[in-house]
Amino acid sequence: MNFILHIWRQKNTQSNGSFVTYNVNDIDSDTSFLEMLDQLNEQLIEKGEDCVVFDHDCREGICGTCSLVINGHPHGEKKATATCQLYMRDYANQKELWIEPWRAKSFPIVKDLAVKREAFDRIIQSGGFISVSVGSAPEANSQLIKKDDADCAFDSAICIGCGACVAVCPNASASLFVAAKINHFECLPQGKIETGKRAQRMINQMEQEGFGSCSNHRHCETVCPKEISVSNIASMNKLL
Amino acid sequence: MQKFNSNVPTGPLENRWDKHKFDLALIAPQNRKKYNIIVIGTGLAGASLCATLGEAGYNVESFCYNDSPRRAHSIAAQGGINASKNYQNDGDSTWRLFYDTIKGGDFRARESNIYRLAQLSCNIIDQAVSQGVPFAREYSGYLANRSFGGTQVSRTFYARGQTGQQLLLGAYSSMSKEITSGRVKHKSRCEMLEVIIIDSKARGVVVRDLVTGEISSHIADCVVMCTGGYSNAYYLSTNAKGCNTSATWRAYKNGAYFANPSFTQIHPTCVPPTGDSQSKLTLMSESLRNDGRIWAPKNKKDCEKNPNDIPEKDRDYFLERMYPAFANLVPRDIASRALKSICDEGRGVGSIVNNQRLGVYLDFSSVVEKMGTDKVKEKYGNLFDMYESITGENPYAVPMKIYPAPHYTMGGLWVDYNLMTTIEGLFACGEANFSDHGANRLGASALMQGLADGYFIAPQTVANYLARGKFEEINNNHSEVLAAVESVKSRIDNLMNAPEPKHSPDYFHKKIGSILWTSCGMARDKKSLKNAIIQIEKLKSDFWKNIKVTGADKDFNQTLEKAGRVADFIELGHLMCVDALDREESCGAHARLEYLAETGDAKRDDENYGYVAAWEFNGDNPLLHKEHLDFEFIKPTYRDYK
Repeated sequence: MNFILHIWRQKNTQSNGSFVTYNVNDIDSDTSFLEMLDQLNEQLIEKGEDCVVFDHDCREGICGTCSLVINGHPHGEKKATATCQLYMRDYANQKELWIEPWRAKSFPIVKDLAVKREAFDRIIQSGGFISVSVGSAPEANSQLIKKDDADCAFDSAICIGCGACVAVCPNASASLFVAAKINHFECLPQGKIETGKRAQRMINQMEQEGFGSCSNHRHCETVCPKEISVSNIASMNKLL
Repeated sequence: MQKFNSNVPTGPLENRWDKHKFDLALIAPQNRKKYNIIVIGTGLAGASLCATLGEAGYNVESFCYNDSPRRAHSIAAQGGINASKNYQNDGDSTWRLFYDTIKGGDFRARESNIYRLAQLSCNIIDQAVSQGVPFAREYSGYLANRSFGGTQVSRTFYARGQTGQQLLLGAYSSMSKEITSGRVKHKSRCEMLEVIIIDSKARGVVVRDLVTGEISSHIADCVVMCTGGYSNAYYLSTNAKGCNTSATWRAYKNGAYFANPSFTQIHPTCVPPTGDSQSKLTLMSESLRNDGRIWAPKNKKDCEKNPNDIPEKDRDYFLERMYPAFANLVPRDIASRALKSICDEGRGVGSIVNNQRLGVYLDFSSVVEKMGTDKVKEKYGNLFDMYESITGENPYAVPMKIYPAPHYTMGGLWVDYNLMTTIEGLFACGEANFSDHGANRLGASALMQGLADGYFIAPQTVANYLARGKFEEINNNHSEVLAAVESVKSRIDNLMNAPEPKHSPDYFHKKIGSILWTSCGMARDKKSLKNAIIQIEKLKSDFWKNIKVTGADKDFNQTLEKAGRVADFIELGHLMCVDALDREESCGAHARLEYLAETGDAKRDDENYGYVAAWEFNGDNPLLHKEHLDFEFIKPTYRDYK
């Protein structure tokens, strides 16, 4: 398979970026999307050029590091999939690929396709935890938790913090990310105690970081690689 | 350097940790803020340690190479975490978890350490539940368990196939709480490149900011490395692409002993490799072996057939045949070797790589029939989805294919009972140390060890070290600090300006990976190890002559990052082979072809090799120190899983 790639190149946060066009040829269909970029970078090294910087790590869809907008879609068009889980066989019918970083004011571009997502860390720091210290935990089975509640908590807790929800949102809202964390703890008796304060603090922090508000476009749940439901946002709003 | 002394307590095994804790010196709460601790790496071990030290009141400065601590590779652990709660009333106990772990490790680890680990296992579950980790539950509201390889009890706690993610996010949330309290200062996208040692004590680190390329020194009263394992030395492994040995290797080159480097775990249930462009292998949780049945065609001519067309009588359920008692749940090293031998016989299935079909079937058809698709989906859904997205095949309809891949390294920095390396004030936790898994790690034990070290052990032993020491003030202009910074800079210069730049970091990474996979992987022998050592020496000199790094060093440069890591993997690969060559026995994952029973099982030589091999850096001729392993409470036996 042969592709024409238009890749966003940007030296650093301050500079202006632009698309640069590259060709990659003889790509095997079992090659993953990121392995295709690896091959491009090998070519660039051969030519003596600076490689394309892109974030990635586990390459199995769980660490949340990879973050590419492909032909306008965060993590590509395939549902329930992070960028690192895309394979070139998914692009068999395409010749040109436009590859960009997440675009949001709160996620400044660091270089090329990599963005800074520390705003997410700061939102968690503002209240995304249960205030328990090591040593004070009671016996694990002393508090029974309904299976449905545990499952509900789990469904929210699987967020990988990749930021695709922000990248796709016309308001660059982080509502899905924030709501998933709030709802994870809200579902559990041990997390319920701090719910009100937690929600307030995390939402305040989200606003301070410059993320927009939710206006129910629901694009976030369609691009979420873990299919986290927007019903989390509704539950969060009930707490306010 | 501290004496090479394991500092293992004496007395009844059950009381050793309690007694030891009592003997450790304490620091009063109001004085703790006067101490500074650096933590490198914020995966399970590092994040849990940062959280705990912060809660206690110490000043912690932490670094990780990812863009957030939430992305450490602990997150990818799927199956679960062991604890001897005995909730299933199936005869579990601290003693049994201890026994299973030491036997699983083929009697190459310390009794005292493992007993402590088994004791702490229950506290970890309590802690995680109170943090809001959503473990699987029964309809009654009680915690659920499942069984895992190498044991006959059901003691594994799990959160669907994402247990590592949930535990890491738990530790990360606690750490975040301490960042808010101001006691933990964390910096992401930073890589540690040197240890600063002053008056024989670890007093700080030199790090490179991966975005700006800036080199900076950081001073503290002690340093803890929680930097994970080195499976990526093999190039293709289940580790994240960034996982590396650089921090532990710098420690080694500064005098910390490296223990059992050749003890590397090749995990049986991974998605098989398909071709040359492959950059990593993906693990399918071992929990799949609970229900799934592993088989290969009996006849070579069936290997190309659709597996659904191969009748039952022509299938060889080889693990069930070879190990009737444990069947598909034999420990990882045993399962991996059996898989390899089936494929070597020519009975493998799937894609042809290097003239061989690398794969056997992991079949869920009878389970789907019995439990129904929905039940299977609930239990293993995300694993099946993952398999489908990688291979393009539907595992509900066609059996999955699996092949072993490097996954975990039991070897690591040598530490004493206090988790301190042979450099005073330099500690190592989690996969970065060698301490608990001997020659083979049992499933669902890595999360347990990382969290035991981070939440419960290191916070106590680090405090003891600080309480007993005197730490004079050091500033960034100290000659040793400047020398460490200088050595980092000159190394980067050498990477950027090789005399004849020709090949990319990946080129060299694939080379070292292929040497290690062939000679120091699932099967090893004297001749091929000797040959590998010569090849690696040559590769090392080629590397420094021909490494080609484009871009600039004062910039976000992933090629430069990779080059530095590959340079360390090459040197470590050398030590792995030296260690494998020295150990003229088979034990656990270390299978020397000369010392295997006819059945393919490992033949240990306790009399001559009942030791931990701790290697001291000495140029290209590392020095071997032996820590003899005493078994006071358990008699090492032949590891029989039949």
